[in-house]
Amino acid sequence: MKISLGKWLLPLYSALALIFLMVPIVYTFIFSFNDSLKSNITWRGFTFDKWLNVCQVQNGAVCEAFGNSLVIGAVATVAATVMGTMIAIAIVRYKFRYRSATSLLLFLPMATPEVVLGAGLAAQFLAVGVPKNMLTIILAHTMFCISFVVVTVKARVASLDPALEEAGQDLYGSPSQVFMRITFPLLLPGILAAALLSFALSFDDFIITNFNSGAVSTFPKYIYISAARGIPAEANVVASAVFILALVIVVTAQVSTAARAKRLAKLS
Amino acid sequence: MAFAAFSTTAGAPEDIQRRRSPVALLLLLPGILYLVLFFLTPLVSLVLTSLQTPAEFGDIGQFNYAFKWENYVQVVSDYWPHILRSFGFALAATVLALVFSYPLAYFIGVKARRWPLMQSLMLVLVIAPFFISFLLRTLAWKQIFSDESFIVTSLKAISLLAPDAHLTGTPGAVIFGLTYNFIPFMTLPLYTTLERLDVRYLEAGSDLYANPFQVFRKVTIPLSMPGIVAGTLLTFIPAAGDYVNASRDFLGGADSQMIGNVIEANFLVLLNYPAAAALSIILMSVILVIVTIYIKRAGTEELL
Repeated sequence: MKISLGKWLLPLYSALALIFLMVPIVYTFIFSFNDSLKSNITWRGFTFDKWLNVCQVQNGAVCEAFGNSLVIGAVATVAATVMGTMIAIAIVRYKFRYRSATSLLLFLPMATPEVVLGAGLAAQFLAVGVPKNMLTIILAHTMFCISFVVVTVKARVASLDPALEEAGQDLYGSPSQVFMRITFPLLLPGILAAALLSFALSFDDFIITNFNSGAVSTFPKYIYISAARGIPAEANVVASAVFILALVIVVTAQVSTAARAKRLAKLS
Repeated sequence: MAFAAFSTTAGAPEDIQRRRSPVALLLLLPGILYLVLFFLTPLVSLVLTSLQTPAEFGDIGQFNYAFKWENYVQVVSDYWPHILRSFGFALAATVLALVFSYPLAYFIGVKARRWPLMQSLMLVLVIAPFFISFLLRTLAWKQIFSDESFIVTSLKAISLLAPDAHLTGTPGAVIFGLTYNFIPFMTLPLYTTLERLDVRYLEAGSDLYANPFQVFRKVTIPLSMPGIVAGTLLTFIPAAGDYVNASRDFLGGADSQMIGNVIEANFLVLLNYPAAAALSIILMSVILVIVTIYIKRAGTEELL
């Protein structure tokens, strides 16, 4: 009994747990093929129409929201990745005063509930008289992405051997040459990971966006507002397409790291 | 993803030579200034807003700066059930997510070590929910548990559910939604600590005549404490402030509204900014107190 518990129960449980996690994803995917009318609740038959004509429902509201989310995600990701990477380099490489206050300032946004971050920014925009639009959403997203970039890039900077940069200096590389030719390429995987994380956080954010978006629609906000009267199947199409794309990127990255590890093992 | 924030802080080697240089200031300044402007001063605005008083001859939504501390008394007396419910729901979801995730993380991190490909594939499945909109996932559950759904009609057919009962719109549905949505945040940090767990400690435990249950309680659990602390915080904090699951258009109902729903309604619909701000400050303060006590307790009693 004891042996069978360890041998079968745990793998069986894990398989069931993973299937459970997939249930709403599979549901969303299946209902992207539903030949639905306005709302997408009951199954009315299979069709490819929604995939082929994603942008035609409600004068393209789904695609407009999706496009806004892409623009906001891209701008916020670039801004947060640049500022976050700079902070990460400073924290690992340099001595400076108020180090613990800086760490606290970087940690707090991650430990604050999103509703507080959203309401706080909205209260500030209101007090200063800034109208809510695309820019206020981008400002908000950049804010909560910075800390996550710092944490992700910091690990990469810490694993970087300073001797490589010193070698560059010894060979008469100017500081900018050393950075562009040595530091930046070596940090790139960490920076890319941080950028992907930022984009994912921004793209899926609803709570902070809802407080700072005014009349601008984003993909999550579109879903939230439409939830009352029913979500068109086109939203499922967009979400499923994003899901498949993200899955392909992650699996490719996994497989290529595994392949590189194998190659390196063969060489040594 | 986000779990890295809590679990890798101690991992970085500290033996790197740090220099003092004006470059540090240049590197820090833009980001720190940004966080001061868009994180710190908004918190100050929130405190100032929470103390405002309605403008005497103003419209709805017009307030003047004041020190109206009664706002706090007012929101607590108006919304204490929502405040209590938020922390209750968040606690329930955290415990459920921990119980659900621990065996899964243990299997992926310890038992699946022999099959690296399967291990990474299972991890991809754990984070897969992140790739599809959080709101659509929650709506999918709403439809799976709706009154016309297969699950509800069959439960009613075998009389496990009263004919007039609902699954959605109940506190149970909100707790279920919160649990589901934060399971990856619990599983990932648990996985990162269990993956590094040295199984020889477990063998040593059994060699010293501990039964499997004792080994689990006295060896496995204490060694995985950092993952448990990180996972519970990453679940509890966002769950306490969430208002999507409890929204009436998603899994919630009239008797399952949380503090986030009240903040949203006061800020965006009723334009009662002071009440929304006061509730936000209360939410943040209570969370900070709970988190500080929790980290201290987990650090001193369990980690030693």
